[in-house]
Amino acid sequence: MTSNFNRRQALALGAGAMTVAVFGASNSPALAKNDAEDAIKKFTGGKTPVQGKIKLDLPEIAENGNTVPMTVTVESPMTEQSHVTDVLIVADENPRSGVATFHFSAASGVAEANTRIRLAATQDVIAVAKMNDGSVFMASKQVKVTIGGCGG
Amino acid sequence: MAVKPRIKLDKKEAKKGDLVEVKALVSHVMETGQRRDAAGNVVPRKILNKFTCTVAGKQVFAADFETAVSANPYIQFKFKAQESGPVVLTWTDDDGSTIVGEETITVS
Repeated sequence: MTSNFNRRQALALGAGAMTVAVFGASNSPALAKNDAEDAIKKFTGGKTPVQGKIKLDLPEIAENGNTVPMTVTVESPMTEQSHVTDVLIVADENPRSGVATFHFSAASGVAEANTRIRLAATQDVIAVAKMNDGSVFMASKQVKVTIGGCGG
Repeated sequence: MAVKPRIKLDKKEAKKGDLVEVKALVSHVMETGQRRDAAGNVVPRKILNKFTCTVAGKQVFAADFETAVSANPYIQFKFKAQESGPVVLTWTDDDGSTIVGEETITVS
């Protein structure tokens, strides 16, 4: 677990086991970027995503990082011939990069989904969409978080 | 755990080809596995990791949730009305159990 050491754990630990916290801090790249890039690479299969087509709707400032409303919309006719198949959402400063993956099909009618997410700190949220013809698009949006979603 | 999800369709009757919006909310802790309790032990991860929606037996939308989805996950999406039938929403927990909710759509 020490490699996953983060701010929230630091705070949780601060109350009691300081020794563990110090140990954790010295053994991990504290607050380093997570594996968001790897996750995107895995999702796209090595393709470089093109900017555009995606609308990522997030508040500019999130007062409570525990529940940040997020809407992602991808421009597409959503027909059998041309539709969005998957949309990956990652957050690059969370302890874990993965947020959610949405799966669409022609039966979806429109590639749009809304959910509420946790954000540990001010960071970029990145959406990557995969089309049925194999092309990939991406968009990102920075969200300022005043109170982190991890008790921090 | 008998959790009853709250599901709302923006219309119960639709014309073929109409977009129907689904909003669903389910009670769940969505424990990330990153927190520690007062004794310093890691609280084990317990989240709903998968969500699917089928209409008349055909999947129209699905999602994989990670730990960064808020507690009591809310999901909103749309589907294209094609045929009448049950709209079945299923959430799968880390422990394999499922939470299922159902509505009906009538397509004319």
